[in-house]
Amino acid sequence: MAELHDDALMVKIRDLRFAHGARVIFDGVDIDIPRGKITAIMGPSGTGKTTLLKLIGGQLAPSTGSVLVEGEDIHHVSRDDLYRLRKRMSLLFQTGALFTDLTVFENVAFPLREHTHLPESMLRDLVLMKLQVVGLRGARDLMPAELSGGMARRVALARAIALDPAMIMYDEPFTGQDPITVGVIMQLIRMLNDTLGLTSIIVSHDVHELSRVSDYMYMMAAGKIVGHGTPQELGHSGSEWIRQFMGGLPDGPVPFHYPAADYAQDLLAGVSA
Amino acid sequence: MIDWFQKLGRSSLALFERLGRGGLFLMRVFAAIPSLVPRPRLVIIQLYSVGVLSMMLIVISGLNVGMVLGLQGYNTLVDFGAEESLGQVVALSLVRELGPVVAALLFAGRAGSALTAEIGLMKATEQLSGMEMMAVDPMKRVIVPRFIAAIISMPLLAAMFSAMGILGGYFVGVGLLGVDSGAFWSQMQGKVDFYEDIMNGLVKSVVFGFVAAWIAVFEGYDAVPTTEGVSRATTRTVVHTAFAVLGLDFILTALMFGSV
Repeated sequence: MAELHDDALMVKIRDLRFAHGARVIFDGVDIDIPRGKITAIMGPSGTGKTTLLKLIGGQLAPSTGSVLVEGEDIHHVSRDDLYRLRKRMSLLFQTGALFTDLTVFENVAFPLREHTHLPESMLRDLVLMKLQVVGLRGARDLMPAELSGGMARRVALARAIALDPAMIMYDEPFTGQDPITVGVIMQLIRMLNDTLGLTSIIVSHDVHELSRVSDYMYMMAAGKIVGHGTPQELGHSGSEWIRQFMGGLPDGPVPFHYPAADYAQDLLAGVSA
Repeated sequence: MIDWFQKLGRSSLALFERLGRGGLFLMRVFAAIPSLVPRPRLVIIQLYSVGVLSMMLIVISGLNVGMVLGLQGYNTLVDFGAEESLGQVVALSLVRELGPVVAALLFAGRAGSALTAEIGLMKATEQLSGMEMMAVDPMKRVIVPRFIAAIISMPLLAAMFSAMGILGGYFVGVGLLGVDSGAFWSQMQGKVDFYEDIMNGLVKSVVFGFVAAWIAVFEGYDAVPTTEGVSRATTRTVVHTAFAVLGLDFILTALMFGSV
């Protein structure tokens, strides 16, 4: 991607390093998230995709490097400023993270009740409008336990857009969903992005869905960005990482085997022991 | 031998690290308390689940403990022809010791464990994380209301326990065993001092309530966010509260009722 001017970037990540104990998760990662676009971040399981979203949301702090959200370094702002920035972004958790003691309606109303002082009638209208967008206006009185996985994600999405954020981050939105739900979620992501003028980040390993819905893709492996480009560019990439991942090949740069001692020696060691 | 020292060192370090984390957590809780002033509703909701729902257990247990005290007290006192002091024995045992201590132990089992499990599961299902991402501080929204509700509930439950216990003692002593009703109440009235006994008992229950609340919310917030982690945290809440309450009870009793 051509170097974009900073104003055109919602999130700018530079030289990000992060370690979980002794395990290095990110080792010098640069990512640009352009405004108004859907950017996908792909990678095999365990590459720290969720961690990346938490770093962008300021829930985790990097060892070194910077994460600029709307030009502000999210890890070096005051707590008040952090909360102000967070009101501009939403994170859709993989599980939905709905409050299990509140109804669907109250879940969507939660951010509005916490951050605004709207009269009840207006709040009701707003919540119903958000639920209408995700097609669950009729489910407003259900408890989260009564929802299917896909419905829970849609309610979480309605809650995520309650405060009209500028950016939504999706953590594995397609995982474990049936094809219809995947289609619905893809359509919602595209529609919300375009009609509300949002910036979207999707973190996932569902290659086919991502290539269809996203404008730009980053491929992460072993703590680094191993490739990026539009879905078409990545589809024709020469990188072995990308070829393995996009093609779903069982062995390649990401090995099939967990690191182990030599197979023959290992078997013989059992006999002599 | 070296191994043993290593283990001892490691577990002491872990203990102090936990105590330190608990202390810092408590400071954050204190700092967040003022934010609740404009939103008393959050505490009231928790008062219901922490306090009101524990009432049944406290009332029934108090009644039973009082009845047993009445029976045992009578059997001992009657040998000395002092069965008329039954009211005093029952009231003093309950108000000074059994009320605060047993109520705190029951409270830890009923409400403390529930608080820990609830907060721990909210953490495990990313509800706390989700709140943070919605720019809502879980400390203010989840932890502090529960903490305050537990602190308010505990002394009230302990008082209820004592009152029910005295009633239980009365039913058995006066109703079944034939102790004179007037003697039962007047002995109690004469020998139970408001400051010395009732206030000291109240102080105990406030201290126990504080400790039980602190342990319960801290364990929940600090739980490893997995099924096993929450289960361990819940167990720890009950065990640590029991130890803390019984240990503190001795210290407080020594300070209050003197000459140890």
